[in-house]
Amino acid sequence: MSGIVATDTLPKPKRDVTPLLLPVALALLMLPLIGSMSSWVTLTVASLAMGMMIFIMASGLTLVFGLMDVLNFGHGAFIAVGAYVATLVLLPLASWAQADSLMTNLAVLIPAALLSMGVTGALGLVVERVLVLPVYGQHLKQILMTTGGLIVAEQTLYALFGPQIIPLPLPTALRGSFVMGDVAVSKYRLLAMLVGLAIFVAIELVLNRTKIGLLIRAGVENREMVEALGYRIRRLFLGVFITGSALAGLGGVMWGLYREQVHASLGDELTVLVFIVVIIGGLGSVTGCFIGAIMVAMVANYGGFLVPKLALVSNILLMVAVLMWRPRGLYAVTSR
Amino acid sequence: MMILSGDPPRSRALSIVLAVIVLALLATPFVFPGAKALNVAAKICIFAALVASYDLLLGYTGSVSFAHTMFYGIGSYAIAIALYGLGPNWTSVAVAVAAGLPIALLLALAIGLFSLRVEAIFFAMITLAVASAFLVLASQLSWLTGGEDGRSFQLPELLRPGTVFVGKEWFGFPINGRILTYYIVLSACALMILALLRVVNSPFGRVLQAIRENRFRAEALGYRTVFHLTYANCIAAVIAACAGMLNALWLRYAGPDTSLSFSIMLDILLMVVIGGMGTIYGAIIGAAIFILAQNYLQALMGAASLAAADAGLPLLPGLLHPDRWLLWLGLLFIASVYFFPTGVVGRLRNKPGAPG
Repeated sequence: MSGIVATDTLPKPKRDVTPLLLPVALALLMLPLIGSMSSWVTLTVASLAMGMMIFIMASGLTLVFGLMDVLNFGHGAFIAVGAYVATLVLLPLASWAQADSLMTNLAVLIPAALLSMGVTGALGLVVERVLVLPVYGQHLKQILMTTGGLIVAEQTLYALFGPQIIPLPLPTALRGSFVMGDVAVSKYRLLAMLVGLAIFVAIELVLNRTKIGLLIRAGVENREMVEALGYRIRRLFLGVFITGSALAGLGGVMWGLYREQVHASLGDELTVLVFIVVIIGGLGSVTGCFIGAIMVAMVANYGGFLVPKLALVSNILLMVAVLMWRPRGLYAVTSR
Repeated sequence: MMILSGDPPRSRALSIVLAVIVLALLATPFVFPGAKALNVAAKICIFAALVASYDLLLGYTGSVSFAHTMFYGIGSYAIAIALYGLGPNWTSVAVAVAAGLPIALLLALAIGLFSLRVEAIFFAMITLAVASAFLVLASQLSWLTGGEDGRSFQLPELLRPGTVFVGKEWFGFPINGRILTYYIVLSACALMILALLRVVNSPFGRVLQAIRENRFRAEALGYRTVFHLTYANCIAAVIAACAGMLNALWLRYAGPDTSLSFSIMLDILLMVVIGGMGTIYGAIIGAAIFILAQNYLQALMGAASLAAADAGLPLLPGLLHPDRWLLWLGLLFIASVYFFPTGVVGRLRNKPGAPG
């Protein structure tokens, strides 16, 4: 019992920076392979933008799992619903969205995004109460119930909006790109990157600097202890679930605009992508999810440029490689 | 008792239901006229075996796999590619079996060793990812698989509908290669289900159940859980591939929609849950109920949708449209997981007064 005095600050946990360097290393490694500086910049910006959008969609899933050990197989449904709700605003107000003024464009885009988040958040509340609450702690049933939820949501979208692909054109002010020398950077990608970064910073700040964040992190580490201290972790969890659903909805809007089309199969497609990201990052880790999303997007973009055939399985290969190195993902949450 | 591996249905009602299903399947070619009835019966057989093999995973080890259709698809495509490429003869069938089963086995082994080490939830996610990659591959590599269109092929001479064994029709029912194929399918599926019963009632099956109940404890007792789970995964994969081969032989076609799509995976899940997880018998009942409903209720839905459209009701025609069949399936799925987690078999077995 020597040396440690109560007033000493706790020893700082060691920072694990290797995963942070991975995307940087990957990007630099690709530079000579791609050869041309301007294509490299374009591809890198595209990867970062795509990565941010995937991160927005995936962040809720990883937090929900980390906090309550609930894996929501229906997460993709929120993404699809978000995109569809945005079409409800953007298509009737197409004249505003196509007007040649940033202000009018934003005046329709921001309400559309907010409405999507509201609807998916409310849907998250319903899903948590109806599908997830009865099966807490039973993984098998959770997977089955939420898979059922995904199917029902997708089919309802088909029934309400029809099976056709709905075009969702970008607002005029976000079309085109900024050109610097021989490097062209698409405006929308830049916006997606900024929004994604802002959300990442916001999540990190809330998690690391607020009391709610403290409780969430504590809940991820040890749920029972937080409950024993008198906090209602169920309510906290409900909040996280709703936030995660709303973020998935926002991600859906952004993805729909990125692809400039919306289809009900969006949910299925992105569920797989989001799962891969969450697995790579380590279930429950937001930072891991962030890096995982960028890595997946980078592999998809660089791979698609260098070896187009490989792009079909590149995600799986990346996942295999990461799990060989760290079987629980880049940042494993220690208590599991 | 021997043939059932000492695991009888343990309920009079359940025995009767099973007997009725088996007898109906045996008699279909000579009792129910028409190609549709025979198709439905063959599909019930194939899915009963497929679902039973999935039950080995879901019901007995408690791990959710989304890659089961992948193995089913490997079997289907093996037959299709071999018969398409090498011509309609028995050698091609043998080549398909000799190539398809090891591929399924190795893939299952790799997935198992890779993802069963950690947590059940990892396994579910990784199988989903691998299966979706496989689906993309199968529809993209069109030089091999025929892409979205799939592959149609000719069967060996003996199995063709044109091959007539008995000159005149027997009570108005023809006896031809099609009937022979049906009985091959039926007996192969019966064999696979009996083999699965043998597996789950062996000491190995007991270990699987122990792992399902408490993996940590099973490991503490000295069982190598990863080995057991991977082994079960391989058995299930090989049987799924066999079922896929029978499916391709029956349909004379293999394509993404009939053998790989996500909706088939959902069908399998639903059949296991309706029939009763962890019973094997549940697979037969689940497959029978589900496929009968799928084939005969969908027509009813179409009629209801038209009626609702005629009556001028809003929204209902869209919701009742036969293409929205999956919507109701999903609702049924959630309801059955929630209200009847033990399925039909569990219900029948737990009835008061039932023996055992």
